[in-house]
Amino acid sequence: MGELRLMKGNEAIAEAAIRAGCDGYFGYPITPQSEVMEYLMAEKPFERTGMVVLQAESEVAAINMLYGGAGTGKMVMTSSSSPGVSLMQEGISYMAGAELPAVIVNIVRGGPGLGTIQPSQADYFQAVKGGGHGDYKMLVLAPASVQEMCDHVKLGFEKAYQYRTPVMILSDGAIGQMMEKVVLFDQVPRRTDAELIEQCPWASNGRPKTRNHNIITSLDLDPAGQERVNLKLQAKYRLMEQNEVLYEEIQCEDAEYLFVAFGLSARICQKAIDMARAKGIKVGLFRPITLFPFPSMEVSNVGNRVKGILVVEMNAGQMIEDVRLSVGCKIKIEHFGRFGGIIPAPDEVVRALEQKIIGG
Amino acid sequence: MTEEIIIAGFGGQGVLSMGKILAYSGVMQNKEVSWMPSYGPEMRGGTANVTVIISDERISSPILNAYDTAIILNQQSMDKFEKTVKPGGLLIFDPNGLTRLPERTDINIYSIEAADEAGKRGLSKIFNMIVLGGFLKLKPLVAPEFIHKGLEKSLPARHHALIPENEKAIEIGKELLTPVHVLN
Repeated sequence: MGELRLMKGNEAIAEAAIRAGCDGYFGYPITPQSEVMEYLMAEKPFERTGMVVLQAESEVAAINMLYGGAGTGKMVMTSSSSPGVSLMQEGISYMAGAELPAVIVNIVRGGPGLGTIQPSQADYFQAVKGGGHGDYKMLVLAPASVQEMCDHVKLGFEKAYQYRTPVMILSDGAIGQMMEKVVLFDQVPRRTDAELIEQCPWASNGRPKTRNHNIITSLDLDPAGQERVNLKLQAKYRLMEQNEVLYEEIQCEDAEYLFVAFGLSARICQKAIDMARAKGIKVGLFRPITLFPFPSMEVSNVGNRVKGILVVEMNAGQMIEDVRLSVGCKIKIEHFGRFGGIIPAPDEVVRALEQKIIGG
Repeated sequence: MTEEIIIAGFGGQGVLSMGKILAYSGVMQNKEVSWMPSYGPEMRGGTANVTVIISDERISSPILNAYDTAIILNQQSMDKFEKTVKPGGLLIFDPNGLTRLPERTDINIYSIEAADEAGKRGLSKIFNMIVLGGFLKLKPLVAPEFIHKGLEKSLPARHHALIPENEKAIEIGKELLTPVHVLN
């Protein structure tokens, strides 16, 4: 077993990056995720593993530093919160187009605009449907605990390199700020230059005489060429849909009703399940862990066995669109959400289930 | 066993660190724990609170609106959290600076004059440990040896010389607790 600690979600992300063998972190401070860089600066991974930690002059600079670092094959990460992640969208689209691996963390706060610093899940659409331009997807992971904040960093890097794609960890201010027990995985050594060249033959990191130039770009003025790029990307996304779906089912076996929720909302729903079951309401929880690829088949299998579904999100109704597309229209599917940084209480969720689904 | 606690007061009273020491002590005793602070505009306005959950089982929601125990250290927090204690639950408060005492009759209420005592003894920095001692007397969730380990883990090494003083403050707190309203 790895090392046991009590950590904030933000700190777990930072420590996990060091331990995953990350080569460089580039970021710009913003509440509620500033502890990521604070932890890294205090921990000095540049002395521990040689990892670079750099405060960029803006989020736009940070994401382009990621583009540059990833282009050389280096394992790079950034983190920000909603307004900062909006600034990064152009860079993320370019990275998807140039097929560059990286981990991008969004500790979501209430919006729109500068919004609030309190937790929210209102960036689901931006993360899952492509916040930047063009037909691209990111693999999107939605941790619901500090342990998953840690584990998803390692998983994120693995998948980023396996598919040559940016991976997003979509969490929120509450999970970023809260402390829980976490078992840290052992240090993975940073890759040597020789390992990097062997594992990333596409990387632009110095041309030996044995190969042509590697060019990292998202530009192809020839539409036929650009269509080939798009076809390649789409094939990759279909492969992700086949192989990378993650989800969790809680008390679904005998469930007559179902909550569907991700991240913090899923934790609140677990408490709501206990409260509802104490009243004799048999409700379960389906928790998507990957938001793209979305567990469509899996939620449909569970969803079509129950009498009604309440999708609980800290937004005005975003993931519910994917639930409806997956489950179809035979089952009653409603949304319950709080906005702008308000976290729904478990008893509110039970009331919403009673009013919108059972009584509705 | 699951104990859901809210600790609330002014920033600077050691509310967050009291919660952290309690949570870390729980970890040392192999409990499940969560520690969820207020970090928003209210904190910037001077009040701070933290939800600590200690349990033998996996913790579901780290966010709650009803608590087994509320530890209340200023008037704003009394106004906000007195009503959130579950019926039959526990409220511990320091009367220092309060203008209105708790009025509930369906919960157990204890006062602890920790600020006063800490001032008299010149121990204002460990005021929060006195309060923690009062709580632990009523709810001995974590054994003293694990509190010691929790202090070791949550205090930076340069402050480890202060651990005996912190433990003494916990003992003082246990003596200082005064019943105000106790259910039969």
